[in-house]
Amino acid sequence: MSEPVLEIRRLSVDYGLGDSAVRAVRDVDLTLHRGEVLGLAGESGSGKSTLAYGLTRLLPPPGVISGGEVVYHPVDGPPVDVLTLSPTQLRAFRWAETSIVFQGAMNSLNPVHKVSTQLMDVIRAHQPGLGRPARLARARELLRLVGISADRLDSYPHQLSGGMRQRVMIGMALALEPQVVIMDEPTTALDVVMQRQILSQLAELRERLGFAVLFITHDLSLLVEFSDRIAIMYGGRIVEQAPAAQLYGAALHPYTDGLLHSFPALRGPRRELTGIPGAPPDLRAMPDGCAFHPRCPRAFAPCDSRLPRLGPPADAPDRAVACWLHPAPEAATR
Amino acid sequence: MTFLLRRLAFYVFTAWAALTINFFIPRMIPGDPVKSLISRFQGQLSTDALHSLYVLFGLDSDDSLWDQYVDYWRQLAHGDLGLSFTAFPSPVSEVIGDALPWTLALVGVTTAVSFLLGTGLGVLAGWRRGSWVDGLLPVTTFLSSVPYFWLGLVAIAVLAGPGSFFPSSGGYEPGLVPALDTIFLGSAVQHSLLPAATILISSMSGWILSMRNMMVTVAAEDYITVAHAKGLPERRVAVSYAARNALLPNVAGFALSLGLIVGGTLLVEIVFSYPGLGFLLFRAVSAKDYPLMQGIFLVITLSVLVANLLADVAYLFLDPRTRKEG
Repeated sequence: MSEPVLEIRRLSVDYGLGDSAVRAVRDVDLTLHRGEVLGLAGESGSGKSTLAYGLTRLLPPPGVISGGEVVYHPVDGPPVDVLTLSPTQLRAFRWAETSIVFQGAMNSLNPVHKVSTQLMDVIRAHQPGLGRPARLARARELLRLVGISADRLDSYPHQLSGGMRQRVMIGMALALEPQVVIMDEPTTALDVVMQRQILSQLAELRERLGFAVLFITHDLSLLVEFSDRIAIMYGGRIVEQAPAAQLYGAALHPYTDGLLHSFPALRGPRRELTGIPGAPPDLRAMPDGCAFHPRCPRAFAPCDSRLPRLGPPADAPDRAVACWLHPAPEAATR
Repeated sequence: MTFLLRRLAFYVFTAWAALTINFFIPRMIPGDPVKSLISRFQGQLSTDALHSLYVLFGLDSDDSLWDQYVDYWRQLAHGDLGLSFTAFPSPVSEVIGDALPWTLALVGVTTAVSFLLGTGLGVLAGWRRGSWVDGLLPVTTFLSSVPYFWLGLVAIAVLAGPGSFFPSSGGYEPGLVPALDTIFLGSAVQHSLLPAATILISSMSGWILSMRNMMVTVAAEDYITVAHAKGLPERRVAVSYAARNALLPNVAGFALSLGLIVGGTLLVEIVFSYPGLGFLLFRAVSAKDYPLMQGIFLVITLSVLVANLLADVAYLFLDPRTRKEG
C-alpha cells in the first residue's frame, strides 16, 4: 500500500460545550493513502459529514473539535497538523491541498456570480501572480475536464442543471490540483443516470490526476463499485474498515452485514433484503459497550458492557473491525 | 429586455389609472372650490368676478365629464396642474416646484445615508455575530420604535431654542434670499441637521436589522461554506458571497422607501416647519386647497411608480435570476 496522505488520529468532534455537548465523532482513526478512494459509509447521523467538516475545520458552530489530530503529508515538505494551522496557513491549505465537493449540488454555487467568476476567484486567491487571461484559460480547461463546453463560463448557476452544477463543483475542486478531494455525498441529489456519469468521470479523472478521494455516502452499493477501501461508521465511530471487495464478500461486523443486506445486488445471485431493525442511537445517551448491541442480532455477553476496540482480527490482518465476534488479538476495553 | 418592456407597460397603465382616479376624486367631493373662495373673500366678489372664477377653475359646467377629462390630460401634458387657492393666483406646479427640492434634498439624502450606513452596520453585525455591533441592535430597535415626529419634538425641546446652534424651524434663515451661495447653503444645511438626524436615527435601525438577519440567513447557505473551503480571503467571502446575496431584499426595500421620500416624512416637516412637500400638503389639507392636494398626490403617485421601476431595474442588474433570456 502506498504512503499515507491524510492521517486522522483519534479525532473527536462535539456539538455544544460542557455538559450539554453531544459527541458526534468519537476517537476516529482513519488513514487515506495517496491516490486511493476511501469510502466512508453509515446511516444518517453516524457522523460521516461531521468528520469531513471537522478535518477541514469547517464545522459550523456549535461544532467543536475536542481532540485528536489530522496530519497532512504534502508531496514535498514535512507533515503538518491541520488542526493547529494559523488562520492564514489554513486559508492557504484549503482547496490547494484538500478540496471538498459538498452534498448540496443545487446550492454550492453563489447564485449572483458567473461560473467563470467562481472558478477564477479560487485561483486568484491561491495564485495571485497569475494574470486574468491565464486564469480564464485554466477555468476553461477545468470545464472541459468535467465535460462541460467552454461557453458555459458565462452562465449563471441557475442556468445549469443539477448535474452540470455538480460537475462544475468537481471541476472547481480540481482547480488547484489538490492531493485530497473530499466528497460529501456528491451525487445524492442527482438522479441515478447522472450519478453514474459523474462517478465514472470522477474515476477517470482520478486515474489521470492521481488525487486521493475520501468519498462519503450512505449508499454502500455505490462504494462497493467505486472505492478501493471502505470504512463503516456507526454512532460516531469507525466499526469496520476493509478493502472494498473483501467487505462486500464477507462483512465481519453485523452492522456492515445489515447495511449490505439493505440494498439489492446489481449482479450475482439474488440475496434476501433484511435491513437493520431499530433506529440509530441517540448521541446524547449512547448505550454502554458496543453502540450497536441493542440492534445487533448476534449480541452476546460482553457486547453491552465492554467497548470493542477497532483492530485487525486474527485471520485477516489487512482489515479492521470493532466487534466482539472478531476480537483483535490484543483486544482491550476502554 | 422584454421583461423591462413588460414592466414599463405595467407602470404606464398604473400611472394612467392613478391619474384618472386623481381626476375623479375632487369631482366627487361635495361643494366646489369657488364656494370656498367666496367664503375666503367674505362675499366681496362681484357676479362677474364669480363667473370668471368658475371659468378659471374649469367649473363652467357646460362641458361634459368626458370633455373635462380630455382637457385634464391636455393640461397635464403641459405641466398645468391648475391654480392654488392658498397661494392664489400662483399655479400649483410652481408651488410644488418650490417645495420639492427641499424635500428631495433633506429626505432624499437622509434616506440614502440611512440605507448605506444601516446596511453597512447590518453586514458587520451579521457577519461578526457577538461583536460590539450587536450591542447597537437593542438601542437602534428602541429608537426605531419611537415615532420619528416625537423624536423630532424631543430634539427641538432639548437641542433647539434661543441661542442654540440648531434652529427649531424653517428651511433657512428668515432674512436670506434663496440663492446658490455659501451663506444661504450654509444656513440651509444648518436648518436641515435636526430633521435629518431625526429621520436618520429612526429609519436606520430598520436597515440594520433586516440586513443583519439576511446576513445570518445567507451565512448558513452552502455556497458560503464552499467559499470558506476554497480558502478565499475573509473579506471576499463576506462581501462578494454573503453581503452580495443578502443585499437583494434590502434593495427592493430601499427603492420603495425612495418612493415614500416625497410624502412619507410629512410629520417631520410639520414638526420642523420645513418648507418641503409634506408641510405643503399639510397646509393644503388644512386650507382645503384641492388643486394643490391633487397636484401633490400626483407627484407622490408618480414618485412611487418611478421608485418601483428603479427597484425593478436594480434587481435586474443585481440578481441574474430575474434576467430571462428572450
